[in-house]
Amino acid sequence: MKAAQIFKGKFVLLLLLAVPFLALPSFVSNYYVGLVIQILITAIFAMSLDILVGYTGLPSMGHAAYFGVAAYATGFLYFAGFNNFWVVFVVGLGVGGFTAALFGLLAIRARGPYFMLITLALSQVLWGIAFKWRSVTKGDDGLPGIKRPEIGMGVDLIPDPHFYYFTCAIFLIVFFALYILVHSPFGYALRGIRESESRMKSLGYNVWLYKYIAFIFAGAFAGMSGVLWVYYSGFVNPSNLGIDLSVRGLLMLILGGAGTMFGPAIGAAIIVLLENIVSGLTERWSLILGIIYVVVIMLFSEGITSIVKKVSRD
Amino acid sequence: MTFWIIQILNGLSFSMFLFLVAAGFTLIFGLMKIINIAHGSFYLLSAYIGLTILRATGNFLLATIIASVAAVVVGMAMQSLFLRRLHMKELQQVLLTFGFVLIIADVCLWIWGGNSFALPKPASLKGSVWVGNMVFPVYRLFVIVVGIIIGVGLWIFQEKTKFGAIIRAGVDDEEMLRGAGINVQLVFSGVFGLGALLAGIGGMIGGPFVGVFPGVDLTILLLALVVVIIGGIGSLKGAFVGSLFVGLIDNFGKALFPEISLFTLFAPMAIILAIKPTGIFGRIEE
Repeated sequence: MKAAQIFKGKFVLLLLLAVPFLALPSFVSNYYVGLVIQILITAIFAMSLDILVGYTGLPSMGHAAYFGVAAYATGFLYFAGFNNFWVVFVVGLGVGGFTAALFGLLAIRARGPYFMLITLALSQVLWGIAFKWRSVTKGDDGLPGIKRPEIGMGVDLIPDPHFYYFTCAIFLIVFFALYILVHSPFGYALRGIRESESRMKSLGYNVWLYKYIAFIFAGAFAGMSGVLWVYYSGFVNPSNLGIDLSVRGLLMLILGGAGTMFGPAIGAAIIVLLENIVSGLTERWSLILGIIYVVVIMLFSEGITSIVKKVSRD
Repeated sequence: MTFWIIQILNGLSFSMFLFLVAAGFTLIFGLMKIINIAHGSFYLLSAYIGLTILRATGNFLLATIIASVAAVVVGMAMQSLFLRRLHMKELQQVLLTFGFVLIIADVCLWIWGGNSFALPKPASLKGSVWVGNMVFPVYRLFVIVVGIIIGVGLWIFQEKTKFGAIIRAGVDDEEMLRGAGINVQLVFSGVFGLGALLAGIGGMIGGPFVGVFPGVDLTILLLALVVVIIGGIGSLKGAFVGSLFVGLIDNFGKALFPEISLFTLFAPMAIILAIKPTGIFGRIEE
């Protein structure tokens, strides 16, 4: 009963938070609407990564792989003539989850830096293929000119406000799905694995299977964000699969706080806003982002993470 | 027969290039458990600096020395000013090295622009030799020789010298090394510098046939990853055998089955990961 009340309280709070979001397109220009769309899609990606990094303690270095395969699937389906969002969405989710199922078989046996190395290598292999297999992927030119689809009953997503409301809806669904996931017995088992794998093993949990399922869930949610991103930006290219995006997701988690419900979205908002502001001022966004990495890591690793480490050691 | 000899020589020269870029990566991981994503950035930096010096002086040896020293300085600074403070925090270390990837790549783009360059070969190595009834470029033979010399040099260094023994001890048990009164920080930054040196030499040796362009840093990183995963991460022997394996398979794959050449580089990695996740010479770590 009590848990249900807390949940209700949070629900009301969220509804209040939703009001400015709903009114947004009537007050600001399409540029800002686009900015919020970018934040929401990126937040879904960061939240999916957080299942692994924050809740299960699996530092995946190749999470862009699942985002990217779904992105390419969206591109291929568009040029094959599919214009129904739901078909593409299910396929994107499916290929994201399937790729994760495949990579998980190879990666989950390893631990710590070895796990990081293998996830990094597997995703970079996909990047290499997307880069070099020009006859299919057009190499680094990518696949431009992908138009937004319809979602049935004659509604299409081409106007930015339409796409905005739709992305908001998907974001909320993903948010609640993840809320249910991490507050389920399954989610608590994942946290148990994060804290002490050996303890969970001796309690009789099949640790490998829990990690594997978390890996597939994370891949499927990342796939979702990949589909939305392609429809927002209108094109796919190898950077959607690359280390740049994978590592950027990790930076968002460190900035916003891993293993929390709102942390990934906050981190995503900070990075997307910074990118849009800074790249408007200078061509050297990449250099600035590099410096942001260095500054954030050097400051935070003395602060927040050392506290987390101390707590988890006790 | 000649076809096979030429293909084997081609494969070997690519293998030795792979070894140069993978050896430093594996040394750093073996000792410090750092995935140095900026490894390809040392290649990038060294090749660009070498290019500028070659254009000014035409002296390949001088260019190699200055370019490699630049890579070493950047590598050691990265380790002793930044990574040192993140001891045992693997995720933070990786993110930090990625920050340097962005910084180095963007500074290079700023200075040298977005065009693709091939470094000019040294004049004395420009010709080609007859192998049976086919010609083979002298430069590729030179790459094979350099790779073997550096491989043997590293082996002697690691197995026969005191510093090598310290590194091997550090790979096995770093805490004991500290306990034995060794300045571990000095060893760490020395090995980081050595890794950067190898990648820097790789940039000069690979510059004439791999070239240097924005994005080559991540391409080099990918090659190093494939090699060390096949050979077994953290071991020089693994890097050497992995390089031979990848270089030869890739070359024969391209020559015999051009339509699937893309996957000849990656398929062996997936197979090895499925059969023996630690690679051919890798050890199980707890």
